[in-house]
Amino acid sequence: MDNKELTTPQCIVDGEDTYDLVFEKSHVMTDTRLHYCPGCGHSVAHQILAEVIQELGIQDNVVGVAPVGCSVFAYDYLHIDWQEAAHGRATAVATGIKRCLPDRYVFTYQGDGDLAAIGTGETIHCVNRGENIMIIFINNGVYGMTSGQMAPTSLEGMKTTTSPYGRDVHKMGYPIKVSELVAPLPGAFYVTRQTVHTPNAVRKTKKAIENGFKYQKLGKGTSFIEIVSNCPSNWKMTPVQSNQFIENEMLKYYPVGDIKVPSKEDLKELVK
Amino acid sequence: MKQNEDIRLMKGNEAMAEAAIQAGMDAYFGYPITPQSEVLEYLTREMPNRNFLALQAESEVASINMVYGAAGAGARVMTSSSSPGWSLMQEGVSYIASAQLPCLLVNVNRGGPGLGTIQPSQGDYFQATKGGGHGDYRLIVLAPNSVQEMADFVFLGFELADKYRNPVLMLSDGAIGQMMERVIFHNREINKIPKPWATTGKTPDRERSIITSLFIQPEKMEKVNLELLKKYEAIEKNEIRYEEIMTEDAEYLFVAYGLSARISHKVIQLAREKGIKAGLLRPITLWPFPAPVLNKLADKVKGMFVVELNAGQMIEDVRLAVNGKVKVEHYGRMGGIIPSPEEVEEQFEKFIKTL
Repeated sequence: MDNKELTTPQCIVDGEDTYDLVFEKSHVMTDTRLHYCPGCGHSVAHQILAEVIQELGIQDNVVGVAPVGCSVFAYDYLHIDWQEAAHGRATAVATGIKRCLPDRYVFTYQGDGDLAAIGTGETIHCVNRGENIMIIFINNGVYGMTSGQMAPTSLEGMKTTTSPYGRDVHKMGYPIKVSELVAPLPGAFYVTRQTVHTPNAVRKTKKAIENGFKYQKLGKGTSFIEIVSNCPSNWKMTPVQSNQFIENEMLKYYPVGDIKVPSKEDLKELVK
Repeated sequence: MKQNEDIRLMKGNEAMAEAAIQAGMDAYFGYPITPQSEVLEYLTREMPNRNFLALQAESEVASINMVYGAAGAGARVMTSSSSPGWSLMQEGVSYIASAQLPCLLVNVNRGGPGLGTIQPSQGDYFQATKGGGHGDYRLIVLAPNSVQEMADFVFLGFELADKYRNPVLMLSDGAIGQMMERVIFHNREINKIPKPWATTGKTPDRERSIITSLFIQPEKMEKVNLELLKKYEAIEKNEIRYEEIMTEDAEYLFVAYGLSARISHKVIQLAREKGIKAGLLRPITLWPFPAPVLNKLADKVKGMFVVELNAGQMIEDVRLAVNGKVKVEHYGRMGGIIPSPEEVEEQFEKFIKTL
């Protein structure tokens, strides 16, 4: 069975195919098979991103910037224009795009190594300039693509291939809370931390991404959406265990919720 | 003065900035570094009244990646820096070359290695012409020798970049960037070609645009390498630029570019006053290098004298071009020191005695 057949919803009634469509894959998703490991939050994040782009009807006007990391191939999966950035430089690339095409919706999609280690400078200064873009930050506390090294966001005591005895914060530094770091910057318009490990969480994250696109119309600053995600393969867990780890460990250190929200005054024009 | 001519007295860096605005530059991203900070200063001063963007980035690393984004979005875009900052940009330049994004890059060369000196140098010749960043790629490298050429090569640079979808580097130096000369701005027509490959939003009438330098399958990567190679061959065939001065009857040939070419021009005049028939070949494009013309000149001169403000870099390309036909020697000063024509002439006379 090819992808197309797999994803075509079918309902056979009295021996005849009738379509009883209640849900379908967003047409903003391409038919390319996702390379992500089973249970990985990236797949969910991609799908809701595609759904939001479809629902807002902005496919013609979106430019995405993919990072280096597990989501390096993000451009294979969403049927929009993309640029693939050098490691850590996605927000600089997005700045170049948005400044030249101010009426397009521009977003970056970055992991923790990309955004919070090698690209910290670009991240901070992009938000500080209040670049009118959305930054989607997938935080799974590990370098996924290079197979499980310690990330700046790895939790204290977390065992990774480069912290084999657990992250010793006195020697290796503390897990960095980027959302809290960027929120006080005047250029940050909307900062929120969400997850994708439960259906309810997915709905909230989808709403946050929708906000991140809508707010670009206002031109009032950067939307920063952190998604605490899982990495079953490198956490050496089953998908279910990894979602439990999010609930029991990750969210203790990285609590879910809005960190900076626009005022009603700010959103007046959007309502109009 | 012709009606469409605008004559001004300007620094090389300012002339380059003014030319960029006149050439229809959409965006400039840069970071302050001596001796080229006038570019960003001039552009930010002019920005409110003229239609372009100049943005001060947080680093050269950020500026070159902003250039990547803007070029990928179809803009006519530029950055400039000086040696240490240009080094920082090399990762981005490699990505830009691989993703085949047209843009104009400028290195106002100062002395190195390291933090070095803020005085003029030609020590970045290797970095400019042999790569600088990782992987098999080439930049078209233009070497101005005057304030006028710093302005003119902006127009040329943007056009070549668009024509070949390739980054163009203008390799100047601290002297030409800082000195003031007369410069004429011609009221030129601006040619901007359509860029259907740019990421401007995937409208239903076209396939989506992907700007990337990632080709993880070896076969795909090699295909891209071969495609680049084909392009570079075309550039080598079509875009070699040089200036010949008094080569017609020359027995000895100076080879020098940029500031060194200006000094060497004076030296050949001094030599000719003494009855020594010297000429000058000035490469204008350092890549593609005017190797064929040097090879031909090697058939009629007795020796070649390469003058550079470095320890001897372009001399390797001259020797390759000449392929052993004649003796090729080098004279250079470093550390930001500019030799006088008399000093070079003395060294040249020592050289011709060895022939």
